[in-house]
This record gives sequence, structure tokens and C-alpha cells, in this order.
Amino acid sequence: MAAENSVIAEAEPPKVALWNDPQARALFYQVIVLGGLLFVGGTIINNTMDNLARQGIASGFGFLDTTAGFAIGYSPFLEYSEENTYFRALTVGLLNTILVAVIGILFATALGFIMGVARLSNNWMIAKIALVYIEVMRNIPLLLQIFVWYFGVLRPLPGPRQSINFADSLFVNNRGLFAPKPIFEDGFGIIIAAFIAAIIAIVYLVKWAHKRQDETGQAFPVFATSIGLLIGLPIIGAVVAGFPMSWEFSELKGFNFSGGMEIPPELVSLTLALSTYTAAFIAEIVRAGISAVNKGQTEAAYAVGLRPGPTLRLVIIPQALRVIIPPLTSQYLNLTKNSSLAAAIAYPDIVLVFGGTVLMQTGQAVEIIAIIMGFYLFVSLAISMFMNWYNDKMALVER
Amino acid sequence: MKKTVTAFAAVAAAALVSTSLVAPATAGPALDKVTGKGFIQCGVSQGVPGFSNPDTSGNWTGLDVDVCRAVAAALFGDASKVKYTPLSSKERFTALQSGEIDMLSRNTTWTLVRDTALGLNFAGVAYYDGQGFMVRKSLGVKNALELDGASVCTNLGTTTELNLSDYFRANGMKFKGVFFEKADEVIAAYDAGRCDVYTTDQSALAAQRTKLKNPKEHMVLPEIISKEPLGPVVGHGDDQWFDIVKWSLNVMIEAEELGINSGNVDSLKGSSKNPGVRRMLGVEGDTGKNLGLGKSWSYNIIKQVGNYGEVFNKHLGPDTVVKLPRGLNNLWNKGGILYAPPVR
Repeated sequence: MAAENSVIAEAEPPKVALWNDPQARALFYQVIVLGGLLFVGGTIINNTMDNLARQGIASGFGFLDTTAGFAIGYSPFLEYSEENTYFRALTVGLLNTILVAVIGILFATALGFIMGVARLSNNWMIAKIALVYIEVMRNIPLLLQIFVWYFGVLRPLPGPRQSINFADSLFVNNRGLFAPKPIFEDGFGIIIAAFIAAIIAIVYLVKWAHKRQDETGQAFPVFATSIGLLIGLPIIGAVVAGFPMSWEFSELKGFNFSGGMEIPPELVSLTLALSTYTAAFIAEIVRAGISAVNKGQTEAAYAVGLRPGPTLRLVIIPQALRVIIPPLTSQYLNLTKNSSLAAAIAYPDIVLVFGGTVLMQTGQAVEIIAIIMGFYLFVSLAISMFMNWYNDKMALVER
Repeated sequence: MKKTVTAFAAVAAAALVSTSLVAPATAGPALDKVTGKGFIQCGVSQGVPGFSNPDTSGNWTGLDVDVCRAVAAALFGDASKVKYTPLSSKERFTALQSGEIDMLSRNTTWTLVRDTALGLNFAGVAYYDGQGFMVRKSLGVKNALELDGASVCTNLGTTTELNLSDYFRANGMKFKGVFFEKADEVIAAYDAGRCDVYTTDQSALAAQRTKLKNPKEHMVLPEIISKEPLGPVVGHGDDQWFDIVKWSLNVMIEAEELGINSGNVDSLKGSSKNPGVRRMLGVEGDTGKNLGLGKSWSYNIIKQVGNYGEVFNKHLGPDTVVKLPRGLNNLWNKGGILYAPPVR
């Protein structure tokens, strides 16, 4: 009994002095390092503000409320005129950047996947075409590609008075693509409700079809039915509501077209340049991912009787995605940041509008660059967060 | 123990280094920096014929360039002690604010916001200009009020952008703006037909017109829609440097008024009885002392660079490609508005 007690008593750690306790030491050094970092950061900020004040340069974020006084060439989402504030100009530039980034990412992913799979094709011609595409697009600097697309898109197109005309409603000229704009009137809510109902119906349909296939082995044409629902239900809603939609057509007034939807050549050439450039990198990533999947998987799929098409779609790519997604995230971030080259061809993204015009008119370089950096950081973090969530979903679940 | 000591030492070193780097941005007045270096870093444009343009051997020439050379002649006695930094309209003020260049001589308009919020000082006006429009003759436009709905190309971040918006708004017209960073890109887009109108200062319109494929197909509309006093710029914080730049420009204008040019300056120095001429050439009095310069500061400017009229004729006169009339940029007693304060 006494022996057990003494063993238990010795099992407790002996009391030591504070400076010998490893945890106390760790805490102490962490506090010192943190204090040092805060000191360095604080000194830099203090120094910057002192120098700005000494030279009489304005500082602070109050300028965001000032009237802008300048125009922005393209603002599809927000109404903007010279009487709005710098903050509104910032928002317009921001939305334009996000527009280019989203469209660019979609096109680049699609084209990149196609090129990556083509590179691995058994058809010698297709594989070589993909190889040439990848090598050429990867090795030429992006800024040059943007100029080539811009002047390549601009030069062959005619002026507005001689536009290429499709059925008097779609016009193409060197000021952009002009299409009719739908105007939504009162009953449009029914169509939106029908669209949402169609999406919910499709989700349940997919679940039901998979369950039926697991139980009875019968496949159901899910894809065709979904398309039918997506188109059919909103049309029924439109009929019920009496087609509450009218179109605003573009008209040539004087120098240019006005009204309707406008897609400027800057947006088109920037998106094309960014997509084709990034697609080359994505193609190589896809090729790496597919090559990383064990060849035994392909052989087993063939042995079971799957054709090459479904093998790629159902067996190889889902496994390859685990290797593809992390570098793919980097390419998406690259594309978003490369969109800042829009300044070279006058597309009004955030760098041109805010970091160019507003910076020149107010002179507050430090605050403006900080805001732009913060924006890019926020967008990049949002993209990586989403991709990491998707990556986790795709991860191998070990039993 | 060794690891923690090295970590501690690293943080302490970083903190110490950061405090030593935290010296003020200019370690003394701007003039000290220039005299220490031995040359002036002059910010110029990226190529505006007549104002600041590299010639085929890479030497910079032009009216703005000669203003910088005049300051170098005054300060160092040698007009060649200048190095040039080509800057776009976006970078020009940040380069001056950060001290990367010592003075900016780049067709820059003097405005209230730039004089105050941007922390700059304008050392006078070297060229009185105004904003105009250039269109293709084939459009059949006779004046600027017919430009409703047109696409307009111009430079980013300039007074041109603001004046353009003001003019169209004041006249109830709309336009579609296409704004580029570099002047060459604007010209390329205008030439390719991307926009109907090219707008900038009249002097730059004349200069950039030489870069178009077919200059004869284009015309400049008669309207001048703004005042653009263009002049050299320095940063806040050094009054002596500001005075030197200001009075170097004034010497060039005053010399023309007194009839001194680079050809007759030597003979006038020996023979002139006019007290104004004698003071300007350093024979009598010592204006340089108050600026911290030698006695022959103004003599050097006139001898090595020339007076304002000579410089204007050399770069913008009837024998050049730009061919601008003197117009407002003539002396006050010859029909223009150049009026230098007395150099005494």
C-alpha cells in the first residue's frame, strides 16, 4: 500500500523554477517575437505617415467620398456618371475585374481540359496539335498576346457605319458587339420561380435516378430530362404570365450604337488572351493528373467493357482530380491577377480605373495601392477557399 | 538554448535594422541631394516631339528638356549634367513624390489639387496651352459640338480626362471614353479606328499627329476647351531648390525680353551699357548669391541653352515637324502672355 502511494506520488512532475519550465520559456519567446514584429510594422507605418505629412501629401481614406469627375468607358452592372464618387468608381472597376476573371476561368478550364486530354490522345495528329498549342502559348509573354488579340480583333472589323449586320438586331464593329437587351417587366417573377422549381426538380431527379440504377441496374436519361426541365418549365411559366419580356435594340445614332447590350473589343480580346494563355498551363496540369492515375485502372475499366470515353469520364478523371485541383487553384489565381494587364488595352478594370485615374487625380498612392492589394488578396483567398473545399470533397475516402 | 538565443538575436537585429532604415525619406533638402549627386534627374515624357523626345542617337531634345538643362547650367555650370527618366502620365507624380526624380518637366498642367494634395510646387509656366480635339476629315465634323455619342481616346489620369467629361456634360452631350496609359497606345488605337476623336493639349496634338499613318487625313477642330498652363514641377519641402528652378525659367524669358541670346551673349557681356543686361550677365551685382549659386549662373543658362525664343524656335518653330505658332507663348510686349518677374 505504502509502495503504491509512493509510486503515485513520484509520478507527478517535480516543481521547477519558472525559467526552466519549457512552456513558460516558449510563451516568453513568443511574446518577444510578436512584440518585435508589431514594433517593426508599427515603425514602418509611422514612418510612412510622417514622410507623407512632411511633404504635404494628403493621406487618409476620406478621398473616397469625393466626386470623381471622370467617365468610365464600360460599366455593365452599375450606373456610373461623372457625378458619382471615387468609391463608386472603385466598385465599377472591381466588378469589371471580377467579370473578366469569371469568364476567363470558365473558358480556360474548358479549353485546358480539352487540350490536356488531347495531348494524351492516341491520334498522333491531335496530340501534336495540342503540343504545339501548349508550347507556343506558354512561352510568349502574356502582354504581347494581349496586344496581338486586341489589334488582331480590332483591325479587321469595320467602323460603326459599316457594321456587320445580323438580322438587323446583332451588330459587330470595331467598337464592340451590340445585341438586344432583354427588359424584364412585371410578371417576370413567375419565370424565375419556374426556373428555381426546375433546378430543385433536377436535384431530386438525379438522386432518384442513381438510387434506381443501384437497385435495378437500369440507367435513366438524366441529362436529356434535365435539359428538358430547365427549358420547359420556364417556358410554361412564360406562357402563363403572358411573355412579360421586351427587347431593347441597339441603334446607330450619329457615331456609335446606343441602347441594347454592348460587349467592347477590350473585354473580348482580354478574355481571349487570358483564357488561351492560362489554358496552356491548365492543359499541362491535366496531363500530369491523368498520367498520375495507375494504368491498371484503365486496363480494368476496359476489361469490364467500358469504352474509352466513359472510362475517361467515370474512372480516370475523378481520380486525377485529386492531383489536378491544387495546381489548378494556382492557375485561377494567376488568371485573376494577370487581368490587371487590362490597363494596356484600356479595359476599365480596377487597376486602370482606381490605380490609374484615381491615383493620378488624388496622388494618394499608398492608400490606393493598399486597397487594390486588399481586393486581389480577398478574391484570391475566396477562390482558394472554394477550391480547397472542393478538393476535400474529392479526396479519397479510405475505409 | 542555442536555438533560442539565435532566434532572439534575429528578432533584435531586425528591430534595430528597421529603426535605422526609418530615416526620413529625404536625408536633407532636395538641393543637397542634387549637388551631392552632381547631376539632375529630370522626369520627361515617353516621347512627345518638340517637348521631350529622344533623337535617333538616343539624346533627349525638346522644350521641356531644355528647361532641365537650364537648371543644370545654373547649378553646375554645365547644361549636360542631366539624366532623363521617361515617365507615363500615371507614374510621373509618384516618381517626383518619392524622390526618384529631382524635377518633372513633362507637359504637366498646373492645377490646385496637384499644387496642394499631391505635395508638389509648380515652378512657373513654360508653355501656355489648351485642350483640343482631332478627328478624321472623313467624318465630316466641323466643330466639337457635333461630337455627341462619339468614342474618344485619350491618356489616363490627366486633366484631359476631366476636361473632356466637363465639356461634354456642360453641353449636354455623351461620349464613350477609351483611356490608355501610354500616348503611343492612344495613337495606335485612334489610327486603327477604335475611336472617332483623339483629345489632348493642342501642342501634343500637333506633335503626335506626326506619328499617324496619314497625317493629312486628320484635322484639328477649332475649339480650345480648357486652359493648360504647362510647367516644371518640384516637390514640397525645399524652398531653395524651388527658387532655383523657378528663376532659371524666368531667366530664359527675361533674356529674350532683353534681347540676349546664345549668339550675342559674349559680345554683350563685354560691351553692353544696359544695367538690366549687365546684371543678367553677372557683370554687375550678384543675384546668384541669394540663390546659393555662382555669379555666372544666368550667363551660363543663356550661353549653353539659349533664351526662350531660341529654344521655342529650335524645337517648335516653323522649321520643325511640329510647327506651332508662338501665339500666347510670346512676350507680353509682343502679343503673348509670357511675363517674367524682374531678375534682380
